[in-house]
Amino acid sequence: MAYVAVKGGERAIDAAHAWREAARRGDPAVPALSTAQIAGQLGRAVERVMAEASLHDPVLAALAIRQAEGDLIEAAFLLRAFRTTLPRFGAALPLETGRMAVRRRVSAIFKDVPGGQILGPTTDYTHRLLDFTLLDDAPPPAAPRASDPVEAMPRVAELLAAEGLLRPEPASEVTPFDLTREALAHPAPRDARLQGLARGDEGFLLGMGYSTQRGYGGSHPFAGEIRMGAVSVELVPDELGFPIDIGEVVLTECQMVNQFHGGKTEPACFTAGYGLAFGQADRRAMAMALLDRAMQAEELGEAVTAPAQNPEFVLAHADNIEATGFVEHLKLPHYVDFQSEAEAVRRLRAAALAKAAE
Amino acid sequence: MLARADAARIAAALPPPDARPEARRLRGPETGLVMLRGRMGGTGAPFNLGEITVTRCTLRLRDGPVGHATIMGRDADHAELAALADALLQHPDFAAPLGETLIAPLAASQAAARADIAARAAATRVAFFTLQTMRG
Repeated sequence: MAYVAVKGGERAIDAAHAWREAARRGDPAVPALSTAQIAGQLGRAVERVMAEASLHDPVLAALAIRQAEGDLIEAAFLLRAFRTTLPRFGAALPLETGRMAVRRRVSAIFKDVPGGQILGPTTDYTHRLLDFTLLDDAPPPAAPRASDPVEAMPRVAELLAAEGLLRPEPASEVTPFDLTREALAHPAPRDARLQGLARGDEGFLLGMGYSTQRGYGGSHPFAGEIRMGAVSVELVPDELGFPIDIGEVVLTECQMVNQFHGGKTEPACFTAGYGLAFGQADRRAMAMALLDRAMQAEELGEAVTAPAQNPEFVLAHADNIEATGFVEHLKLPHYVDFQSEAEAVRRLRAAALAKAAE
Repeated sequence: MLARADAARIAAALPPPDARPEARRLRGPETGLVMLRGRMGGTGAPFNLGEITVTRCTLRLRDGPVGHATIMGRDADHAELAALADALLQHPDFAAPLGETLIAPLAASQAAARADIAARAAATRVAFFTLQTMRG
């Protein structure tokens, strides 16, 4: 896979870029999009780009979406590239999703879950009919407010764990593996797997998660809990030595509960898969949780038979920026590679034809 | 609270430059990355979720106090105003008035915004009622 140094073509490239920029702007009679419009009205796209770029900055994600003309993989690529220009100041304290200001919280396994089922601003119950009133820019109806407060929300997983029905999550404060700093070795530990999934392509996560439901490494999942809301970002600056709150991020967290039959040393209990994503992202968090559980197969003594249970396969192919780089590099000149292969094929054909003529 | 505030609102509440001690920048404002971490299962061992952009600033007032701020995003003016407010809040001449004109209103409006979102969430709480079965 070698490339030839190619000279020439600069003028063609300049013209191509100029055309691209004009095409991006579209009809000059139509007002240009602002990044505030994108950040404010295309929130799901902004969140997806931030997740796949692995950089939370809604303003820059909106800019990247505009620059990429809505190509979200290209936008994530632009944002990921920008991140390499900044120094790392450190790490925040782990986000405490148990103290989330909950906007949405549903459980598919307990109807009367303590704290209640809070739907939040969901599209789950819409009929998926195109809303033509949006064409007229009609103002939205006022969202109702209720005076009964949203009380503390115990986690469904903790309720199950308290009863011994769910394998407990061992607490620890070790510094986690960092994909952006260290080369991934296999078998990948769970912290590395979760980081890889958190920045994985949503379509890939969805397809792989779906494959586990269709029998390729199935683990009979239930959506134990999905919660979405704002979580405080706290960090300890060196010069202060105590934690300060610097704002909040909106996160979606999903806890999948799966069957586990226990073993000789352990009575039967459920196991969990975990998903965490920037923004309101049920689909991403659920797919991540399915894959987190599927990739625990080997640790839980299950047979590893399906692609979703193979961390090396999943993590090597989940990153859409790496994937697009390798797939799209095929467009670059491979003149010499191809010429040498064509020569070889011509030689083999000539030899075979000569032999047939004998 | 200052990190979550609107920069213009901090600027409007601070005393004008000729009525406050001169501030000297010790560091920044500078933009960088902070890694956010989650916990496995929400309660277990940490893992790296992804980074955020932050901007930080440290400055010192001529007569002593050092102010520090770290904000989310890349707004250098916001970081510097927040650091200045942090320093003035440690200054005996400014702490009490700024507490009244800046911190108390910020606390109130941030609490109101949180309460409003909680009230919207509460309105989407499902009230189940059991349907009578048809089997007598």
